[in-house]
Order: sequence, then C-alpha cells, then structure tokens
Amino acid sequence: MNMPMTQEPLLSLKNVEASYGKKIKALKGVSLEIRRGEIVALIGCNGAGKTTMLKTISGLLPCEQGVITFNDKKISGLPAHQIAQMGISHVPEGRRIFARLTVAENLQMGRFTRRDAGGIERDLRQIFELFPILKERQEQLGGTLSGGEQQMLAIARALMMSPQLLLLDEPSMGLAPVITDKIFEVIGEINRQGRTIFLVEQNASRALEISRRAYVIDQGVITAQNDAKRLLNDPKVQETYLGVA
Amino acid sequence: MSPIVQPATRNGAPGASGAANSASGRNPQLLMFLEQLFNALVLGSIYSLIALGYTLVYGILMMINFAHSEVLMAGAFVGLGVSILITPHLSGWLAMALILLASMAGAGFLGFIIERLAYRPLRRAARLAPLISAIGVSIMITNAVFLWVSKTTLPFPKLMNDRVMRLGFFEASSLQILIFCTAIILLTCLEWLVRRTMIGKAIRACADDLGAASLMGINTDRMIAITFVIGGMLAGAAGVLNGMYYGSIKYNLGFLPGVKAFAAAVLGGIGNITGAVLGGFILGFLEVMAAGYLPNGNQWKDVFAFMVLIGVLLLRPSGILGERIAEKV
Repeated sequence: MNMPMTQEPLLSLKNVEASYGKKIKALKGVSLEIRRGEIVALIGCNGAGKTTMLKTISGLLPCEQGVITFNDKKISGLPAHQIAQMGISHVPEGRRIFARLTVAENLQMGRFTRRDAGGIERDLRQIFELFPILKERQEQLGGTLSGGEQQMLAIARALMMSPQLLLLDEPSMGLAPVITDKIFEVIGEINRQGRTIFLVEQNASRALEISRRAYVIDQGVITAQNDAKRLLNDPKVQETYLGVA
Repeated sequence: MSPIVQPATRNGAPGASGAANSASGRNPQLLMFLEQLFNALVLGSIYSLIALGYTLVYGILMMINFAHSEVLMAGAFVGLGVSILITPHLSGWLAMALILLASMAGAGFLGFIIERLAYRPLRRAARLAPLISAIGVSIMITNAVFLWVSKTTLPFPKLMNDRVMRLGFFEASSLQILIFCTAIILLTCLEWLVRRTMIGKAIRACADDLGAASLMGINTDRMIAITFVIGGMLAGAAGVLNGMYYGSIKYNLGFLPGVKAFAAAVLGGIGNITGAVLGGFILGFLEVMAAGYLPNGNQWKDVFAFMVLIGVLLLRPSGILGERIAEKV
C-alpha cells in the first residue's frame, strides 16, 4: 500500500450497540477505528454481527448506543442517504443491484447526487477498465447478469459515488473461485487508487491476505484485533475461522 | 394524432382508406364497432391515468393508496372551481389548459399532503397501518367535500363546443378526441419521465430496492413524495377529463372510477407501469363492449369488468404483465 498513513481515523465506532430485527441485540458495545488508506477486515461466524455493523455504519440500521464518527463528524443518527453523500459507500450483502434497471442506469444511480461531470466521466472510464464486461452489458437489465457480474456491478455502482470509504459485505459470497480471485484483485486495485476499504468476509483467509489489519467479532463483541498477518498466524483464529486444525 | 385513425384503417379493407370508406358504407355494424372501439379508447385512457397512480405508489411502498380516488375527485372540483373563476374572462384552449394545469397542481399537492401526513409517519409501522390510514383519509376527504363544498351533483362545463368530427370514415365527438389526446400526451410525458430522466430512474430504483437506493445517496422520502405528486397530477387530470366526459361531478365521483382503475392496475400487474396502462385500456374496452353488445349491458357493464378481472387473476395471480420477482436476499 503506497498511501501515506495518518494516525487520525477516517471512521471510528465507540461503544456502538445495534439490533437485528426487533429484539436481538447484534452489536453489544463495539469500538473500532479505520484509518485513511487501509484495508481493514472484519471476520466472524454467521450471526456474529458483521452485516449489522456495516448496516449500522451506513445508516440502514439505527445506532442505538454509542457514537460513529466519519472524518471527525458524527454520522450516527443521520439517514442513510446523507451518510452516503458524505462519502461512505456500502456494497450490501446479496449485492442488491437494481434488477429492473439496465447496467448503465444502475451506474447512473451511483452518481445520482454528483454534479461534477468531468469526474463522473473519469470514474466511469476507470470502472470500465476494471470491469470491461460491464461496458459490454450496459444496455442489459441488471437482473439478467450472472452472480459474479452482479457483484462487479454492485462494486462499480458504489465506486460511481467516488467514496472515501467503501464498505464491502461478503463480496465473494456464492461466487466461483475464479471470480472471487478477480473480485479480490479489484479490491486491491481500488485500495491502491486511494480508497479506504472495510471488508466483511466469511472467507477469512482471503480477507486477511489482502488486509492490513483485522478485527474478529463474535456474538456482537470484538474479541481480537491485530495486524492481518499476525491474525493469519494466530492459532486460535486459525482454528475457529480458517479451518486449520 | 395517428393512433386515432389507426384502428379504422387496420379494421378496414387493406390498403387505401377509400376502400374502407365504401366498405363501411355497406357495413353499419363495422362502423358501430369502430365507434365503440373509440369510446373504449377514450374511457380506457382515463382509467390508465388513474391506474398509474395506484401502480406507481404500490411499486415503491407495496401499499394500496385507497385515498387515490379522492385525489381524482378533488382534482375534478379544483377544475370546476377554476373554470367558474376564469370562464367569464377566458375560453377555448387557453381556459382548458389552465383548468387542466390547475387541477393537476391541486391534486398533486393533495397527494403530497396525504403522503406527508397520513403515510410517512407510518413508514416503519405494520403493513396494515397505512392501509387503514388510507381508508380514513379517503372517508375524510369525501365528507369534507360533502359538507363544505356541495352535497349535490354539479354540472361540469364542456369548456369547448362539442362538435361531431369525421375521422377517416367514422365519426367521433371533438370532446372525446380532446380527452383522448390529452390523456395520450400525459401518458407519453410520464413514459419519458420514468424512462429517461434521473428522477424517473431513481423512482424505479426505489421501487426495486428502497434500502439500496438510499445507499446511493438518494433521498428515498423525497422520491416517495415525488411519486405521490406525479400520481396525484395524473389523477387530477383524469378528474377533469372524467368531468368533461360525463358533464357532471359529485363528492362521491371518485369511488367507481377509482375502484375500476385499481382493478385495471391489478389486471395489468400492479407495480408495473406498462401494465397499468394496458389494464386501463382493457377495462375500458370490456366496459364499452359489454354496454354496447350485451343485453341490458349498460346496467351490467361494471359487473362484467370485475368478472373478467377475477377470471384473469385466477389464471395469472400477478396480473398480465406482473412478474414474480425472485425473493430479495
């Protein structure tokens, strides 16, 4: 990573609590920091609270306790669209592309609030370099794309917002290994272009390989944090999340 | 407008209209059918305008806006009010345009207010809550007009001389042509808005996935409000056209066309914009044909329309163009 590292966090969560559904408390006082230019991974089992954390950051779920700040501004409590406009782009679990809009229209939704025509065009060119297949399929409906293409579209659509921070929820879910390789390659490339990435993954080894630091979450509590390489070699993490006996 | 003459040439003898002309001279039944067909198009275009309001709102909120028929009624009353104000000074096209625009603005505003006061506070409530709220709003508006405006039927001005016009070889009233053309222009505008503009695309994105749209920085509450305004404007226009068509309006006029347009939206596949227009025209066609050709048809036309709706829904529960979207993850 060539980005200059500053110690001031881009995103910080302090004692954040949030619920999944009406009753189940999925985050029980979570604190973490993401610095400018990093890729940070969040690993954990099903139901540990990973998706809830991303949804709480992006405002899809209310932050019930604690504070979330982005660029030193409090964002907890703001509606999702305002958080998005401040520079956080969330690629949600299950991709959630607009199935009945064309690929081109999906990308236009990504730049819905932008007014800098030149920047939009430059970003679009870059995105088509990253994902040439999307350029070919511009007129196709989003719903007709394959799973891998939909994931690419979801990431591309998020990039059209020109975000400072990209939240990725399980980008490899349900994809063939060869597509997963491509997606992770692109994630690295996006980071080299200067965007900070917070990556949630079940595929813990892949996530740790690409990340600088990582947090481990279990039942709504952060149980470990460290350099990604150290976690990769941590016997406890290996046993629980990497399937190494 | 070519669509008006199209059915005539298509149904006539192949080729020149002269051939069709002589054919119709020999065939009064064909002529009657063509005139009924045009009646159906006129009625269907009004239903389509109303049905779009139901389908647009359902597309985004998965909720039936039962107050929509009252927006239609209010639009007609705004039209009448404005026409009383301006007809001493203005007449003809300009008056017509002003009345139409005023009622669209009024009905659009009413749609906005209803959403803001009756539905938005219930956004996170159980799904049945906004439905009950809608019925409440509907009753309230009907009774407000009943109490404070008029309890009786009021004549609605025709706004222009109703002349019989010859189209090719069949005859239609200029009023019908005006209604049909206005409706088609509005439908075309809506099509353009929804397909081509960023606002329209954002509305469709919201209909696809409200949460994902908000992640794009789209203010979904604003898009929902805009949807209600658009639906209201179309209903307001339909209210004026409906008033001109029947020549009178009353506080409860919204109910029957409202229910029928709702049926049209369901018939076409609720949530689907093309479906609403298709459903509107099918319902108009069924109603006019039933009234024209069935014994005692005029009394049974409403029943007939709903019977066909039930039949279609038994065979295709999601409507003609309705699609079963795979469950969202």
